[in-house]
Amino acid sequence: MEPIKIKPLRPREFKPSDVVVLALTALSTYSITWIVFHQLTLFSGALGFVVIWTLLFLGLYWLVNRQLFTRQVAIDRFVAALMTLGALLMFLPLVMVTSFVLIRGWNLLSAHVFVATQKGVSSLSDPGQAGVAHAIVGTLEQVGLAALIGVPAAVLTAIFINEIGGPFTKTVRVVVTAMSGTPAIVAGIFIYAVWIQAFHQGYSGFAGALALAVLLLPTVTRGTEEVLKIVHQDLREASIALAAPEWRTVWSVVLPTARSGLVTSILLGIAVSIGETAPLLMTVFGNKLMNSNPFSGPQAALPLLAYQQIKLPLQSEIDLGYTAALVLFLLVFTLFVLARIFAGGRLKGPSFARMRSRIVAAGLGATAMPDDLEANGDGTDFQNQQRPTGQEGELGRS
Amino acid sequence: METVLDGGLKESAVSPISVSTQRSRPDRLFRGVSRTAGLTTLVILFLIGLFLALQSRLAFQTMGWAFFTNTGWVTTGAHPKFGVLSALLGTIIIAAIAMLVAVPVAIASALFINEFAPRKLFGFFPLKNFLVASVDLMAAVPSIIFGMWGFFVLQPAMKGLARWLSDYLGFIPIFKTGETPVFTSSFLIAGTLVGIMVMPIVTSLSREVFSLTPIAEREGAMSLGASRARVIRDVVFPFSKGGMLGAIMLGLGRALGEAIAVTIIISLVFQPTVQLTQAGGNSIAALIAYRFGSGGPLGLSGLLAAGLVLFALTLVINLVAARIVNRARMAG
Repeated sequence: MEPIKIKPLRPREFKPSDVVVLALTALSTYSITWIVFHQLTLFSGALGFVVIWTLLFLGLYWLVNRQLFTRQVAIDRFVAALMTLGALLMFLPLVMVTSFVLIRGWNLLSAHVFVATQKGVSSLSDPGQAGVAHAIVGTLEQVGLAALIGVPAAVLTAIFINEIGGPFTKTVRVVVTAMSGTPAIVAGIFIYAVWIQAFHQGYSGFAGALALAVLLLPTVTRGTEEVLKIVHQDLREASIALAAPEWRTVWSVVLPTARSGLVTSILLGIAVSIGETAPLLMTVFGNKLMNSNPFSGPQAALPLLAYQQIKLPLQSEIDLGYTAALVLFLLVFTLFVLARIFAGGRLKGPSFARMRSRIVAAGLGATAMPDDLEANGDGTDFQNQQRPTGQEGELGRS
Repeated sequence: METVLDGGLKESAVSPISVSTQRSRPDRLFRGVSRTAGLTTLVILFLIGLFLALQSRLAFQTMGWAFFTNTGWVTTGAHPKFGVLSALLGTIIIAAIAMLVAVPVAIASALFINEFAPRKLFGFFPLKNFLVASVDLMAAVPSIIFGMWGFFVLQPAMKGLARWLSDYLGFIPIFKTGETPVFTSSFLIAGTLVGIMVMPIVTSLSREVFSLTPIAEREGAMSLGASRARVIRDVVFPFSKGGMLGAIMLGLGRALGEAIAVTIIISLVFQPTVQLTQAGGNSIAALIAYRFGSGGPLGLSGLLAAGLVLFALTLVINLVAARIVNRARMAG
């Protein structure tokens, strides 16, 4: 019998000829759009051009692949093109924002801006006279104090939820989850009403630190909890079997094992809270002069300074805002890179690679991440294996 | 090992170790400290809600239910009249525009990163990891930086689109403009900016959800001849429905609470308006940021009441999101 000859369809195989098809489609639709825009009608505007070009391209690309291959290939290529366009649309503003802050701020950076403040700066003074030293000191002190208050409380809370437990565990977890979405402005007005209005404490760096701590606490708790969850139960049991007391187990076994993830979640929490502007507006208030005492008097802060400068009329004043924004961006970037370096630390392997994005997600305030969505049975997920899997039978997987 | 124990030792040499269920003193201390921390967290977070509720009582007593229907914001003088209606409406409009902008793009780019992006571009550049890292980084970029970019770059760039919308689609009420059209400082621009801000968050979370699709089901579909488009439609989406919804709702929570970017763009107007392209709008977060220092005790109480409304809104959305995800998990 003659064997049936099947020509396999492999839409994923993207041969040079396919690249040519793609390029020609893009080129021809560009030409059509150009003719329609500039010859036939009197449309104008880059946005309209790009939109029409994109739509024409998607349509023609589908049609060409439909003609050359089959419907399946055409749909697959069409979807691939659509997703790629989506990704471009996502990364375009992101690249623009990053380059915006880098380009506008870079030339303004000098050693001078790191030592000078806005002391004696008026609209008449030289453009390069002002600096952001007072804002850097303010931001570091506020965020440092917030971390000093928030991080130990968050780690202990996570230990309480994950290691000790008790009648309130579930309540604490639900409340922490619900609170990690608290709008920053609400935390700000809360501290403003309590600390500044009710207790008559006045604006200070410490008030800002309190507001930041309120925001930091739930996110770091969530992140730490996620990290503690992946410490293998075997390690805890081994420690208990050696008659180690509970605190010793946590201190010498659980926390060191989770160290890198712990550092990551803390750094991410700090990186996010360092850029919060809204709560600082009503707690630290801003200051043109250096105030290195966070416990008394208004302080400056980098995000706040940027916010206050950009609506001023003079270019030199706006430039100071750009400088503050760039320094802030560099701080966040450094923290973020450090966090990723630590995340790649001791705990390796597939289970941790997965956890890393989980920690990042929790650090970003992911309140609603599924706990058990992970695929079971790849042998890496020790936690899930120990949980009762009663609902396994109900998993109607179509 | 065991044989030595069996043979060599006399019974008296092995003294029984004392075993008790009583925890040692350091352990009790450790438990106490940790439990206190947990409960303190609980109490602090509970106090925020309680305090907001107590402090906003003055505003609610003065205005009654009219707080939800009044449009102005006059908190001083003999006849205070203020309400959260226009701010609440504005918050919802901005969040709705933001979600319209963010969700399709975020889902598409999450799918691109997860399903289409090559692990190594040209054999050496780790494209996938690079994209994942940069999305996460962008999610951590301060909102003030997005706000500045929106004010100096996005707003001028979007004026043309706003004019086009009001010229050609002006018959639809939401694109209508007044006598003197001003196309900056509008809901449209603020909403787009907030949308761009929540995009990385939604992308990061939904990408993670997509990556949790069981590999066996994925390979099964492929071995049956499914193309990538079919795998996405018939395997990835059904598995990640709940998680995706959770990611979107989380983005929604962020969009509702965003203050600084909205404050920079929008100019505060207390007439409730649904005109998206015309200058002027309102949002709870922007209202608080603008007015926190003025208006006397009643004004503060009013702002706290507005804050309470926002707080309740985000709280409900967060809890519902957690609920949806849980149910999706149970259903598979």
